[in-house]
Amino acid sequence: MSRANGRSPFFRTVNTLVWRDLLSEYRSREILGGGIVFALLTLVVFNFAIDLRLESAEEVAPGILWIGFAFAGMLAFGRSFAAERERGTLDGLLLAPIDRGAIYLARAITNAILMCIVELVSLPVFVALYNVRAAWGELLLTTALGTIGFTSAGTLVAAIAANTRAREIMLPVLLLPLTVPVLIASVKATAVALGAQSVEPLPWLQLLLAFDVIMVATSFLVFEYILDE
Amino acid sequence: MQRLDLPPSQAHPLAGLFSERSGVSLALVAMLSMGAALYAALLYAPTERIQGDVQRIFYFHVPLAWTSYLAFFVVFVASAAYLVKRAPLMDAVARSSAEVGLLFTTMMLITGSLWARPIWGTWWSWDARLTTTLLLWFIYVGYLMLRSSVDDEEKAARYAAVIGIVGAVDIPIIHQSVVWWRSLHPESVVLASGGPAMPGSMLTALLVSLAAFTILYVVLVLMRTRLELARVDLRALRRRALERVA
Amino acid sequence: MRGELVVEVRGLSIALGDQPVLRGVDLAVERGTRLALVGPNGAGKSTLLRALAGLIRPGAGEVLVAGCTLKSDPWHVRRSIGFVGHQAMLHPDLTARENLAVFARLYGLDRFEERVEQGLRQFGLVGRADSRASTFSRGMLQRLALARALLHDPALLLLDEAETGLDLRAHEWLLAAFGERGGPRTVVLASHDLAFVREGADDVVFLRSGRVVDRVRTADLGPDALRERYADALATPPAARPGRAVGLAD
Repeated sequence: MSRANGRSPFFRTVNTLVWRDLLSEYRSREILGGGIVFALLTLVVFNFAIDLRLESAEEVAPGILWIGFAFAGMLAFGRSFAAERERGTLDGLLLAPIDRGAIYLARAITNAILMCIVELVSLPVFVALYNVRAAWGELLLTTALGTIGFTSAGTLVAAIAANTRAREIMLPVLLLPLTVPVLIASVKATAVALGAQSVEPLPWLQLLLAFDVIMVATSFLVFEYILDE
Repeated sequence: MQRLDLPPSQAHPLAGLFSERSGVSLALVAMLSMGAALYAALLYAPTERIQGDVQRIFYFHVPLAWTSYLAFFVVFVASAAYLVKRAPLMDAVARSSAEVGLLFTTMMLITGSLWARPIWGTWWSWDARLTTTLLLWFIYVGYLMLRSSVDDEEKAARYAAVIGIVGAVDIPIIHQSVVWWRSLHPESVVLASGGPAMPGSMLTALLVSLAAFTILYVVLVLMRTRLELARVDLRALRRRALERVA
Repeated sequence: MRGELVVEVRGLSIALGDQPVLRGVDLAVERGTRLALVGPNGAGKSTLLRALAGLIRPGAGEVLVAGCTLKSDPWHVRRSIGFVGHQAMLHPDLTARENLAVFARLYGLDRFEERVEQGLRQFGLVGRADSRASTFSRGMLQRLALARALLHDPALLLLDEAETGLDLRAHEWLLAAFGERGGPRTVVLASHDLAFVREGADDVVFLRSGRVVDRVRTADLGPDALRERYADALATPPAARPGRAVGLAD
């Protein structure tokens, strides 16, 4: 007889689910491969789409970088929920005596980690391709904060979009307006990190932090209303 | 709390607001107040020195902006109420406010553009308020698209409510980020820290117009909600009829 | 212990979209009973099982498992239930052992490695414990799903056509999972397979168009009688019970 009672411990649940998702992804490399290729492709294609003279590269480059991250991220978020639906594993989670918010948090953490891996691969390529100089500390900090913000909103929206008819369209339509602050702030702070602008990056980083905190908290609270029970 | 023997539209304590009888009187009130606003904006208010008569768009543009954001605030409150109590009335109010809000936001953007062209020479400037409102427009569109792209009505209501809440929480942050990003909007005459810098008659005209558009918003939402509730009732009837069939 | 109700369903109605799937279902299941839900496709068997599992919210009526509803004590309800549905709910990229380990941790079980090994042994999966679930045959997946459902030793086991596609050996494993007759575990299963129902179930409930039309004990019936009763249940239109019609006019 199981001696356990009540709800399973919260952080243990989150741990287990993150481990499960990362292990699954490690074995199949489905999302990661696609995400990396897509991000790199975006960086390259934009180079043709926008006529870059060497001097102005660092002004335009941050924007291109974040568009690449945003598109790769949306691809990844969409895939992760599609897979969950196909296998019916979400039902398995809902049967268990776990906090519904833990499901959201674990999924958001996994998505953030995957996005970070894509970014860590893309950043050196980006710096090389666009021939910019980076203050790596600031660049990585900005990327991390921006990723958290984008992922926390993206996970929630992807969960909703997965249940709609035109899910590939609904995800960007809903997500992009909501994450404008992330895009603006990340691009500005990245521009500073690349030396393209000499403004204070601190306000932008603070904005990112505020967005992250508010979005994670709000998403965590409303996530259970997306589930059917 | 809802009573189960009444159709959904009458089961909520606030349902009396949406009855048939009030419809005509509400429409009359709206017409009269809009008439007053037109008079105030086009005739009563003095012509502005620098911009000329074009400036009169201001008396429509600003109230439209105000009601656009008011509408989304109502979407936020109704969405939260819906998630807590699951009352069909709250969902109907949220949807109606979103539709009316989208209409007003569109008009705000158009009037903004019409105003910008003669004054600034461009159809669009990425100034803070216009840009934030443009993003609000997209959030409205996303909200309504979401509703029509989910087959199950109950799910659609829930998902839309979630987006309504997240969107509303997000808008202040969006605004702040856009403000920091760019600011060309002429210093707001009404909201400058020194108090209203406009002559009294202009302020009066603005307030009249503000009141009129708010009344219009309320009337439109009430009427749209009534329509929506009728639809909800119809669905409930259909469902009960189907239940009796073998 | 007999006489204690593990499942109580009162006036359960569920509609998917506008289409009613369950119309005012009443059901009571005593501890230790094996109950089979039988009926044509679309009768509402799966929906009823999912409602018992807590995966679907009741539109009207109540569902009580082990004396609690999902509203009053969701954690107790979830711990009391093991569910095997149409989908295996397993990760194809994880091994059998890893799949079970995940669930054992989600249920907050202590000594979970032991339980995982026990589950693997109980369903003959030790040999393939380290193979990915994507390499498993249908029968093995079902066994793994059963192992998953029983990890936390639930009082109520819910099976949705779990015996389809299983060979004879797997059948035996399935029946063994029910536990002893009259024993602590209660089973509610949905099935089209009348032979399996006769073998595994004590009581049979016939569902049609979202209503319960009959309930019999298998012990009281001869081998062909079950089939006849099934045919009867399908033929007679479900009677609307007096005083239960739901509508605005009432």
